[in-house]
Amino acid sequence: MEVAFILEKLILVVIIFTVTLVIAMYSTLAERKVAGFMQDRYGPDRAGIFGLLQPLCDGGKFFFKEEIIPAGAHKPLFILGPVIAIITACISSAVIPWGQELVINGKAVSLQVADVNIGVLYIFGVIALGVYGIMLGGWASNNKFSLMGAIRAASQSISYEIGMGLSLIALLMVTGTLSVGEIVAQQSGFVNWNIWVQPLGFLVFITCAFAECNRVPFDLPECETELVGGYHTEYSSMKLGLYMFSEYINMFVSSALMASLYFGGYNFPFMYDLGLSQNWITVIGVLVFFLKIFGFIFFFMWIRWTLPRFRYDQLMNLGWKILIPLAIANIVLTGVVTLVKDTYF
Amino acid sequence: MTAFYFVAFLSIFFALMTIFTKNPVHSVLYLVITFFTFTVHYIMLNAQFLAVVNFIVYMGAIMVLFLFVLMLLNLNKDTEPMKSNLVKIMGAVAGMCLLATFLGAFRVIELDNGFVTGNSDVGLVKNLGKVLFDEFLLPFELSSILLLTAMVGAILLAKKETKEA
Repeated sequence: MEVAFILEKLILVVIIFTVTLVIAMYSTLAERKVAGFMQDRYGPDRAGIFGLLQPLCDGGKFFFKEEIIPAGAHKPLFILGPVIAIITACISSAVIPWGQELVINGKAVSLQVADVNIGVLYIFGVIALGVYGIMLGGWASNNKFSLMGAIRAASQSISYEIGMGLSLIALLMVTGTLSVGEIVAQQSGFVNWNIWVQPLGFLVFITCAFAECNRVPFDLPECETELVGGYHTEYSSMKLGLYMFSEYINMFVSSALMASLYFGGYNFPFMYDLGLSQNWITVIGVLVFFLKIFGFIFFFMWIRWTLPRFRYDQLMNLGWKILIPLAIANIVLTGVVTLVKDTYF
Repeated sequence: MTAFYFVAFLSIFFALMTIFTKNPVHSVLYLVITFFTFTVHYIMLNAQFLAVVNFIVYMGAIMVLFLFVLMLLNLNKDTEPMKSNLVKIMGAVAGMCLLATFLGAFRVIELDNGFVTGNSDVGLVKNLGKVLFDEFLLPFELSSILLLTAMVGAILLAKKETKEA
């Protein structure tokens, strides 16, 4: 029993890991295709049909590039930087429920690696840890542009974590649980999605998610017009690749998080009215979940090729003077509505 | 029990490394690892909430700020300047006083009161919330007021400085 359980989880972890990496890989292609579409040109289309082999070529190129560690760099931390970045990006998906239970030979198999009852806090903690990769890499490069990038990353991450945490508190007041699995299970059907009760919270959350992923318009840590390459100026070869990759994985995981916290996760409209068996509901649910995730990833890219980058003071003003008060107002509003609803209805 | 001794050894080892290492950035990183071992301790004590909050607040926020300030200060020299003997003696005396206080406090502590040996699930979020907002509501609110005061004070100090400059 115990061995079977471990084996089951191990297979699930390997599948999720593979899917995450493949999606992150093809996000790089999608990003360039979307950019091409927005700018009225073809994206990469030479390698394979529709350029489908492009990510493989890029990966190969990353591996064969010369690996340079600057003479003045702090070597252990210089190597540790991208390692932390990629590890924290990969472990955050552990608590996301990818679907309902599959029934195989009469045995229910959960499609969630770990349904811990502090799942939301776990993700929050891992996100908070992610900034170490950027900070250490930027500092260890011994380059003033890298250092500037690292410092920006740290202050930006701390500022927007507060807004993100506060927007999550309002969500937790509605759901009454910290387990991501339960939060998704509560949103069955279409009208129960949390986005209908927490639109303001979602707005704050998605803005903070953009900032935490260092995506345009919040990519000040790697702002190339001011800082050459930002925190990864000195990085080459696969170490640079790992930083890039962790950015795309973060994007994927935060899309999954937004889909499951606010947009019902694997739930889809009329899921119990179609007369489908449990396994079919699960399979369609997983597909719907990934459709939602791809929607959010497209939204990330859409924003990137639409909005220009913020100036640094604008970034701080937005974080501290707009998002945090908004999130606190949202908490108060949620509290009042909950109280009124409980007392009078 | 073996697991506890192993993690406790790691905590003390990394705490000592924090003190003895010369490079300030290394020192902060060892402190981060020390806090991580504390998180492991909390998990072993079944105090999930405390563990994850320790993780988020100390490792994720406070230590990032420490690192941030160190990077801003740009301490290029690996060795910090030697402090005068007077400061060293004062430090030693203060440390010993703290040790004596702790020893005295732990000697009189009662290990068999309800909260130490009672419900081992008190650290789970639901139970902790009920205890905090019911039995310990007043201390909880008082400490939040204390934190608010400290925050307002810090902002006030920062504001004053910019006005004079």
